[in-house]
Amino acid sequence: MTLLPAQTDKKLGLVIDLDICVGCHACVVNCKEWNTGGYGAPLGDIEAYGDNPSGAWLNRIHTFEVTPEDAPAQIVHFPKSCLHCDDAPCVTVCPTGASYKRGEDGIVLVDESMCIGCGLCAWACPYGAREMDPVENVMKKCTLCVDRIYNDNLPEIDRTPACVRTCPANARHFGDFADPNSNVSKMTRERGGFDLMPEMGTKPVNQYLPPRPKSRPEETIEIAPAFVPKADEGLLGWLDRALEKLG
Amino acid sequence: MATDSARVNTSPHVSDEIRKTTCYMCACRCGINVHLRKDENGKPKVRYIEGNRDHPINKGVLCAKGSAGIMQHYSPARLKAPMKRVGERGEGKFEEISWDEALELATSWLKPVREKDPKKLAFFTGRDQSQSLTGWWAQNFGTPNFAAHGGFCSVNMAAGGIYTFGGAFWEFGAPDWGKSELFMIFGVAEDHDSNPIKLGLSKLKARGKKIIGVNPVRTGYNAIADEWVGITPGTDGLFVLSIVHELLKAGRIDIDYLIRYTNAPWLVIDDPKAKDHGLFLRDKDGNAQVIDRKTGKIAAYNSKDVKPDLKGEIDLKNGRKAVPSFTLLAQKYLDDRYAPENVAEETGVPASQTRRIAAEIAHAAFEKEVVIDQPWTDMKGEKHEKMIGRPVAFHAMRGISAHSNGFQTCRSIHLLQILIGSIDSPGGFRFKPPYPRPVSAQPAPHGGNIPNTPLKGPQLGFMRGPEGLLLEEDGVTPQRIDKAYSWDAPMSSHGLMHMVIANAHARDPYGIDVLFMYMANMSWNSSMNSSGVMKMLTNKDENGEYIIPKLIYSDAYSSEMVAFADLILPDTTYLERHDAISALDRPISEPEALCDAIRWPVIEPDREVRGFQSVLLDLGARLGLPAMTNEDGTPKFKDYADYIQNHERKPGVGPLLGWRGKDGSKTGRGEPNPNQIDAYIKNGGFSETHVPAEALYFKHANAAWQNWAVEMGLQDAPVENVFQLYLEPMRKFQLCAEGKAEPQPPETHRQRILNCFDPLPDWYPPFEGASINLADFPYHALTQRPAAMYHSWGSQNAWLRQIHGHNPMYIPGEICDEVGLKDGDWAYIISHHGKIKVPVKRMNAVNGKTMWTWNAIGKRKGAWALSAKAPETEKGFLLNHIINELLPPKGDGHRWSNSDPITGQAAWFDLRVRVEKAPAEDEVSQPQMDAQNNPVGSPDQTVEYGKEWTK
Repeated sequence: MTLLPAQTDKKLGLVIDLDICVGCHACVVNCKEWNTGGYGAPLGDIEAYGDNPSGAWLNRIHTFEVTPEDAPAQIVHFPKSCLHCDDAPCVTVCPTGASYKRGEDGIVLVDESMCIGCGLCAWACPYGAREMDPVENVMKKCTLCVDRIYNDNLPEIDRTPACVRTCPANARHFGDFADPNSNVSKMTRERGGFDLMPEMGTKPVNQYLPPRPKSRPEETIEIAPAFVPKADEGLLGWLDRALEKLG
Repeated sequence: MATDSARVNTSPHVSDEIRKTTCYMCACRCGINVHLRKDENGKPKVRYIEGNRDHPINKGVLCAKGSAGIMQHYSPARLKAPMKRVGERGEGKFEEISWDEALELATSWLKPVREKDPKKLAFFTGRDQSQSLTGWWAQNFGTPNFAAHGGFCSVNMAAGGIYTFGGAFWEFGAPDWGKSELFMIFGVAEDHDSNPIKLGLSKLKARGKKIIGVNPVRTGYNAIADEWVGITPGTDGLFVLSIVHELLKAGRIDIDYLIRYTNAPWLVIDDPKAKDHGLFLRDKDGNAQVIDRKTGKIAAYNSKDVKPDLKGEIDLKNGRKAVPSFTLLAQKYLDDRYAPENVAEETGVPASQTRRIAAEIAHAAFEKEVVIDQPWTDMKGEKHEKMIGRPVAFHAMRGISAHSNGFQTCRSIHLLQILIGSIDSPGGFRFKPPYPRPVSAQPAPHGGNIPNTPLKGPQLGFMRGPEGLLLEEDGVTPQRIDKAYSWDAPMSSHGLMHMVIANAHARDPYGIDVLFMYMANMSWNSSMNSSGVMKMLTNKDENGEYIIPKLIYSDAYSSEMVAFADLILPDTTYLERHDAISALDRPISEPEALCDAIRWPVIEPDREVRGFQSVLLDLGARLGLPAMTNEDGTPKFKDYADYIQNHERKPGVGPLLGWRGKDGSKTGRGEPNPNQIDAYIKNGGFSETHVPAEALYFKHANAAWQNWAVEMGLQDAPVENVFQLYLEPMRKFQLCAEGKAEPQPPETHRQRILNCFDPLPDWYPPFEGASINLADFPYHALTQRPAAMYHSWGSQNAWLRQIHGHNPMYIPGEICDEVGLKDGDWAYIISHHGKIKVPVKRMNAVNGKTMWTWNAIGKRKGAWALSAKAPETEKGFLLNHIINELLPPKGDGHRWSNSDPITGQAAWFDLRVRVEKAPAEDEVSQPQMDAQNNPVGSPDQTVEYGKEWTK
């Protein structure tokens, strides 16, 4: 049993824009390459060139087909990583204190030196956001690139999570949700950002922006003709008048 | 809370050095920062690859492929040394040999060919980013048989654009993302330009502008589009011409733009019996004629103060008449054939949707015009106070290209763009330097076959008319092994790489001695009829010799094609090599800047491998090719880097534009600089020269652009670029087919040329469907490239193969219900050519007649250093096995290529199929090929990349 901080000074997290995520996996792979040589144990892969390749990833994209009642079926790409919840059940369930939520910025981390690989936290997480490393048997999860965002060895502009820096569609944004004037707070307000599975009571920090409504095939708009057609002038009758206007 | 901070080092050491080079995980050519860090033995190793923020292409972002570059660079499938075949072709049994032995062997095969009959060398490079070098090498060798992979990729897009307006989507232009009001994207999966398109879509979304995706499959970009047009494959041209119909009917076109910049006013001769019927009326200097609105008389289109008309008719002598081409254009598309109701069934697009999209295009183009306060002067000397734009942008790629009607479809899209005045106008489509470059400024194709003699010009170029066809003296037999520039494909600007092996095997038009290929997996995912091609590569003649006698192949990895080579020349990875991303070749410019780039060895190779381009220069010197050999017989270039810095195509113009001149002070034109590559490295691996503000739009007619392009060495003089809505060379081929002009096509080809070479953009049904009983093959099947994979390369990548390790066939729900299929079932997909067994996944967000799968995931056992039961081989499959390189026989004895009849573009997406439920049995896809021997050894199966740096 590990305690959560009563509150955190900052609430760092991500806004993920489902309206523009094309499901390209750039964030997924860039996350893996940054983190496999970074914080904690590497993100291992087993049967890497074999029959059943699998590995630890901190971020994955799920693709769903949804069919609205009165519109054609559509595809939604849904990137998912740790949401750094305020009421993080993965922390409170941890028997050793390895899982913790940082008081200063709200990032949920695993102290691997204390992790016994029991996997309780992964069971407790309703989002399936934690993965056991298949080689080292320690629990891996998104660190919000805690080794980038404060890193004096990186240029200031790059002190942002790897997934945000690399996203070609600009679907991922990083900021402080405790600050109502931050980019992420504003975006969430303006675009109707929502909690993932609020009914679980985890109070996730990360927010998702919904897709904009789509045009439907049957909607009609009439073309506005350049010239009001005159009787008997034929389909290209407007051409004379158009040429006259040119002089 | 201080204790929390103490638990983690938030400022760890990142890397020892950052080296900036160019990605090669796909064709995009993004800038990358390669972070190097010492491993436990003190050797530099790649720690991390990120996008280069300063780079014009990707502006800092990087896709999944690029981010997985570490796994590609350290792939266990990397070839280690030159190899000579010791088993039978296809087995993959090799012995390693020295570079000297390999190069001597290659020379001993190539030299006699050059001395006797140079065309017996077929040199085809695949996803080659150095075609200006490889083409120049082939030209010096003297064989007409050179091309890269464009013929089976997207030549329709490139040729359709160049012939119509001197540009094309992707490498030669881009949407004006920052100013467009409406954007339409046709037939694009993750084909090309992947990061720039995503960046652009994001810009449009941020500005609240509408995106319309036209694609049978609603994934990727089409998933996030505001509107999806779930079109039936091969009918995009008909849909576009229906929009044209609506715009013409409503008068929603830009008359002023058409008169100024296009051949819409040019007079077309109307004299049905004459041999110039349908050609432009020209004066004695060859200038096209127009009707002057002021006088009603004819005048040269370019005479001073002429005001060309778009309608009317001129009586010439003896009953001959002439009308503006616009009149023909309007007559054609105003026909009810193109009314939205009359195309709805074929295209699968409801008439209401076509009609509304036409209205939205008209609204955006004419009610939301973009005005930039920038005076400019056109090439006629007229001054314009502002730049006024029609902010509707389009982009299209392989889904349009890879059909037998693709050239005409591409032309149809360009017709639409030009009618609304949106080519290189603000908010529309913008040229990327060095484009625009119309046909008149492009080389013509060159043939020839003289022993020990270079060709007079490049093999590939743009055909002007029938007189330029590359035929033997009989006027029928193709000069080239792929039959490019013959009656089969008269305007095949990129050649037909997909036909080389099949034609060489059929000895039609002739057999060859040596097949030399680079970076093209032609025994597998890059060929149609892969199983058949494997047989063609292994079949022997009556003397027990291979029908294709010698095969030299260069690749960096143990691909399927390696197993079929007699000699392997192992290439480096992209991080170990020099390259020039050259404006002589396939430029990486952006609309506002002329750009090029390099690769350089940011990591030294640790194997006996060499960059293919250096090897080619070495071979050239061993063969004594004049341009690669000094007078004393020594090699002219030490390696590719030496060539990049010192080669001059003409005085002052070389592979790279930046830091020319002895001291590096010149841009574009200037003598070679011995420190040029260092200057590129210092600048992050690229050069970028901004286009002057006055030259930013209307480049096709902009005097400031023309002057700047000459100054930069992009062209030697101003180039006139009148957009060719009515394409006269096409009419010339029709006149031959009508029997009115020479040379005459074979009887077999007449009707096809008459039908398909309409000088105005046209639509005809795709060939495969038109030549079989559609009741037997009612559905379409196609592939698209996943965003996280590039062709076959990705499967050796430990990370990417976890994302796309196998590929189900996505089948529309209604077909599943009809056939009784559910997720996890297996099905036979049957075409007129063959049958495959595949795993099934139900999908509804797709055109109801179309099934699809990911491209190139299926692998042959033993390839790419994968295990024998890897999912790529057991569950993965290729659609290629059921696509034939030939159309169904017509009984005329001719081997009709499954290609566009104009450009020879491979018609991959014409495929028609039926579906049957298959027994699951062992749950293994069919066909399964025998395993190839793995020449690179079995890798460690556990990867913990970067462990030495973690705590």
